[in-house]
Amino acid sequence: MVMFAPPTWPRFHLLLSHLSDKGFSQPLFFLLISSSSPIRSLVSSMSERRFCQEDDCSSLLSRLGSDSPRPRMKFGGMFCNVEGAFENKTLNFESFSPQTQRRRTAPTQTGGQDGGDAATGRTMVFPSGTTRESYGKREGDRLIIKGGKIVNDDQSFYADIYIEDGTVRQIGENLIIPPGVKTVDAYGQLVIPGGIDANTNLHVPQKGLNPADDFYQGTRAALCGGTTTIIDHVLVEPGVSLLSAFDQSRETAEQRACCDFSFHLDITRWHEGLYEELETLVKDQGVNSFLFFMAYKDKYQSSDSQLYEAFGVLRDLGAIAQVHAENGDIIDEEQKKLLSLGITGPEGHVLSHPEEVETEAVYRAITIAKQANCPLYITKVMSKSAADVIAKARKKGIVVYGEPITASLATDGSQYWSKDWATAAAFVMSPPINPDPSTPQYLTSLLACGDLQVTSSAQASFSTAQKAVGKDDFTLIPEGTNGIEERLSVVWDRAVSTGKMDENEFVAVTSTNAAKLFNIYPRKGRIAVGSDADIVIWNPKEMKTVSATTHNLTVEVNILEGLEFRGVPTVVISGGQVVVEDGKLSVTEGSGRFVPRKAFPDFVYRRIKARSKMAEARGVPRGNYDGPVHDVISMTKSVPPTPTTRGPTCPKIVTGPRNLHQSGFTLAGAQIDDHIPRRSTQRIVAPPGGRSNITSLS
Amino acid sequence: MSDCRRQWNREDELPVYLAGPISSGPNQRKSYGMFSSVEGAFDSKTIDFDSYAVGRKGSRTPRSRSRERILDSGDPVEKTPGDAREGSQTNSTGEIDGTGTERGKSLLQGGDGIKLLDGRLLIKGGRVVNDDQSFYADVFIEDGLIMQVGENLVAPAGVKVIEANGRMIIPGGIDVNTCLMKPYLDTQPVDDFLQGTKAALAGGTTMIIDHVTPQPEGSLLEAFERWQEAADKKACCDYSLHVDIPKWNETVKDELEMLVQDKGVNSFQVFMAYNDLYQMTDSELYAALSFLKELGAVVLVHAENGDLVAKEQRKILGMGITGPEGHPLSHPEELEAEAVFRAITLGNRVNCPVYITKVMSKSAADTIAQARRKGSVVFGEPITASLATDGSHYWSKNWAKAAAYVTSPPLSPDPTTLDHLHTLLACGDLQVVGSSHCAYSTSQKAIGRDDFTLIPEGVNGVEERMGFVWDKAVAMGKMDENQFVAVTSTNAAKIFNLYPRKGRIAAGSDADIVIWDPDSVKTITAKLQQSAAEYNIFEGLECRGGPALVLSQGQIVYEGGKLQVQQGTGRFIPRKPFPDFAYQRVKFRNQVKNSQGVTRGMYDGPVYEVPSMPKYITPSPSAKTSPTSHQPPPIRNLHQSNFSLSGAQIDDNVPRRSGHRIVAPPGGRSNITSLG
Repeated sequence: MVMFAPPTWPRFHLLLSHLSDKGFSQPLFFLLISSSSPIRSLVSSMSERRFCQEDDCSSLLSRLGSDSPRPRMKFGGMFCNVEGAFENKTLNFESFSPQTQRRRTAPTQTGGQDGGDAATGRTMVFPSGTTRESYGKREGDRLIIKGGKIVNDDQSFYADIYIEDGTVRQIGENLIIPPGVKTVDAYGQLVIPGGIDANTNLHVPQKGLNPADDFYQGTRAALCGGTTTIIDHVLVEPGVSLLSAFDQSRETAEQRACCDFSFHLDITRWHEGLYEELETLVKDQGVNSFLFFMAYKDKYQSSDSQLYEAFGVLRDLGAIAQVHAENGDIIDEEQKKLLSLGITGPEGHVLSHPEEVETEAVYRAITIAKQANCPLYITKVMSKSAADVIAKARKKGIVVYGEPITASLATDGSQYWSKDWATAAAFVMSPPINPDPSTPQYLTSLLACGDLQVTSSAQASFSTAQKAVGKDDFTLIPEGTNGIEERLSVVWDRAVSTGKMDENEFVAVTSTNAAKLFNIYPRKGRIAVGSDADIVIWNPKEMKTVSATTHNLTVEVNILEGLEFRGVPTVVISGGQVVVEDGKLSVTEGSGRFVPRKAFPDFVYRRIKARSKMAEARGVPRGNYDGPVHDVISMTKSVPPTPTTRGPTCPKIVTGPRNLHQSGFTLAGAQIDDHIPRRSTQRIVAPPGGRSNITSLS
Repeated sequence: MSDCRRQWNREDELPVYLAGPISSGPNQRKSYGMFSSVEGAFDSKTIDFDSYAVGRKGSRTPRSRSRERILDSGDPVEKTPGDAREGSQTNSTGEIDGTGTERGKSLLQGGDGIKLLDGRLLIKGGRVVNDDQSFYADVFIEDGLIMQVGENLVAPAGVKVIEANGRMIIPGGIDVNTCLMKPYLDTQPVDDFLQGTKAALAGGTTMIIDHVTPQPEGSLLEAFERWQEAADKKACCDYSLHVDIPKWNETVKDELEMLVQDKGVNSFQVFMAYNDLYQMTDSELYAALSFLKELGAVVLVHAENGDLVAKEQRKILGMGITGPEGHPLSHPEELEAEAVFRAITLGNRVNCPVYITKVMSKSAADTIAQARRKGSVVFGEPITASLATDGSHYWSKNWAKAAAYVTSPPLSPDPTTLDHLHTLLACGDLQVVGSSHCAYSTSQKAIGRDDFTLIPEGVNGVEERMGFVWDKAVAMGKMDENQFVAVTSTNAAKIFNLYPRKGRIAAGSDADIVIWDPDSVKTITAKLQQSAAEYNIFEGLECRGGPALVLSQGQIVYEGGKLQVQQGTGRFIPRKPFPDFAYQRVKFRNQVKNSQGVTRGMYDGPVYEVPSMPKYITPSPSAKTSPTSHQPPPIRNLHQSNFSLSGAQIDDNVPRRSGHRIVAPPGGRSNITSLG
């Protein structure tokens, strides 16, 4: 190709623009650029200007939706296979940064001094200094992670990471450390994007009880386990305004949380009137996911009609529907039955929430979502059969995602029959942890093959004293288990160290997929220039034993007590700050920021949009039915309201007026279009029964 | 459960047919199997079908006794409730004497009443096909019953002999799903019990089970009686009735009990579709299933998600689609499969047999097949329409044609559906073929000409049912003739507890017999059909296989294309609850499935104090008192002390009192201990 001929200047310019017009992959430029230094400096100075301009607005999220997934293809494509491609140069991760458009990019802060660097094979890093003003309190906080293997969901490679102002600024080999920058040594370890826990309930009261671990305790535990972003649920009690519930939770979280957070809203009573609030939430408040309950009869449960309506609205708004999938009607009956049998202990919980009830609801939710053409996210996949239903639906092309949780991946429900009430009660959650001991392995396998996509914790911890509210009646036990801290370790131990999953998939299921689904990618869930500096240094070899005495939550029972997991975070960086190092936790209460999420995540909505266009049903243009019509005399009496609220059709169309109307056309002798023959034929076709609406469809 | 069994046994009026099957049904089949493998076993002797004869224990089989038994079986028959059969009682005594074999004699001595000549028939030289085996044998019929099945039976003088010439003799078909009187608005299907049963007989179906569809506010019993009355007047073949439950409430329960105990109805239909009309919520379904299970009834489920159908209908109408194509568009296959899945889940939870009526799509059928593989007691019934045609016709340019196909769930537009359903039928994943025959004339259908939701739902198929199963399954090599008998007749008889009175050719069974001609080919057309509907949804399809001769209650009603029936000859066949075929497994599971609590010590740790049960908590599912248990706060203590305030109490002498006081744990009393 022409590219490798030493180009003359104008011609090269043309080539550049030509290539970029065609959308050629970015890295190709750098082959060119590195071979011709004058141009390189020019390009870099160009983009430097741009970069500074854009930075003022700190519009990190401005284009999130529009261009996220594309870079991955380019990056993973041809270029990384070229041998030695990474040597001597800074990878152009800028192209993945959400800040800059792809075409304009270039290694920005690399040593402008061309020759020298290349010779030494090192890249100089210049702190950008004081021009930035975005993240006030992180001002000037600079870090470099050296020697680690960066693991993203698509590939792994060795590179150093330079972090400034809570953002990844530079990734490359052999970055030169400017003075005054803290170095974190990651030799021999993995550098992964911080985990995203897409399902926590740190502020969701149940039956009047607040969880034992609130935003502070919960996020501390999250950080210790390598999770740097949580998406918490806001439960909106029936009758309460969505916005006010959201504001209240957000306020609490801003005061208390130690890591970044975002929110799902749990809608407990759907009605049309919620539309405006939903719209505000989605468009202005950065919430793009809403949970509905198919369980908790007479309390939170939504009917199929409500779900269908709500899903339709969410689809139009570009949000993701989540469901707590269990058949509340059946559970209710089963609970009554068990209590009447005299079973009041925690084992009654699992007996009254059998697996099929979960499976059935998952199936139904998927059916409804398919009908409404809305993306669906099943929270808390706890059983094999529920997971199978999801996997099968995905095979049929339905846009559905499944989320197993720490508990379902790590343990089984045999403990419900524990003789110790407190232990048994600690496991109480809905859907319950499955008593089948092969469930964790099975779910892990589906996770590894992509049939399930996201792991979360469903963290909702209640102290034993709180659980004991239901000591005489299992239906009163507040539901929830811990798991926020152990999540990453569980997945590593159960999936990666057993060989089911590789490290990239590990990153995908613990972080990247959640980021993509909920539209915070690539700000979260990826180590790339421009992404948030939420980074975990992962030691895959170390072992840790889980125990309530050593964990960071306040609850006194850990459902994973005594289990040993391989793989622990050694260093955790959240928002550019080292929060965990050498097993020590140093967090600031309230340092977490709210992460707004935009509507229409590409990862989810591309297909939905295309299907919306395709799915338009068409009527059949028919001649009118002109046969006899059975005379219905007392229609109103015997027909209870038919499902449609449309007006009743007039059973008989009187022919007289219609014909008169038609004859109006021909009354006035000569017409303009008399010469057109079709006119007369039309008259013949006109049926005695009058015209029918059906024909107007064609 | 046992109660109602006892009641049944006490009632002498009930036909003896129904006394036996529960305990002796499936066991006998096994012994039969062994016997048939003995070489030459059939040669020149009458197979001892007596052991299968209804009304007696299978264990007593010696042939010498068979004579008396034939006598016996004659008597109870006369006591069947349907008076109609008295007329068909025929006599036969002297004439037959002196003919043929010893066995023949014994047979003939059997009937000692005064009987008419035409009540006796001998079908010679045919191949008897039951669901388990086929063999060559002659069939002797008397009094509307099969009296003898065996080789080389000699016809007594004066007995009409039908030469079967090696053709198949099969038990008459049982169509378990017809709606011959289902009202829509103020109209009734054009095929009433007369037209409908005529069509049934012409197609080789000798018994129908019709749906009683009461109005939501109406009484089930009244409706049942109305249906029975109409059918007694008009039906030309035996019939029985399912009762649809339009609404679940307490009053329905009593009526259901009465229907099961006294009226001989053992199957009820519940609806998951028809939002705001018949639809039941999952809770109601759960309650209904629990109740019906206790009664020993089979639950038929119309499985479609009514909520979503209603939404889709509104959407489709909103798009301006008002023609019949809106019907399948608003009833997508997924909604059917979803409801089937839910129905099965409910059935599993309640441990109740579930029968899915009208399996119309592949995915619904697959759902059933999968559930059966997991051990659920569920039965699936594809219908003639889903087995013979597809839903592409909804898009026909001819409104009348398109509307004729409207039924719920709709025919699947996928043309491979019928093949798939036949395959599942052949391998036993689906069990019964119905027709869901509910014929409305085009002018009735035209009520919905401007709004497809008003089109009365129903297709024809009672006449074509057997023919199409033969044509598409047996003639294609998917199914053998025995399975054909099973799906068109025997399975239905077993599920609905008519077996072996119906659904089998054996001594003692009803003489509902079809001589099947596998080679006849006819083209279906509305002109030649018995049904009164002017449109046949199978119009123009060619069908191999059909009945050459049909016997109903021992009478020839159809021969060589000619139908000779008498209105009102059909009898109501009562059915007992707890059919073995459906309930045996359920009973065992009941015994096994008792959940047990864990015996624990009391929880005596601290209990969080719930400040005030927050106002938004709707009554918690358990009606039990909320734990009396908070940490001993002052108020509580006061309350407790109340008990002992007033010195002497009435029950002071009862010792448990003091004991109780000691056991009371610091955290308050717990119910948990009561489990141990």
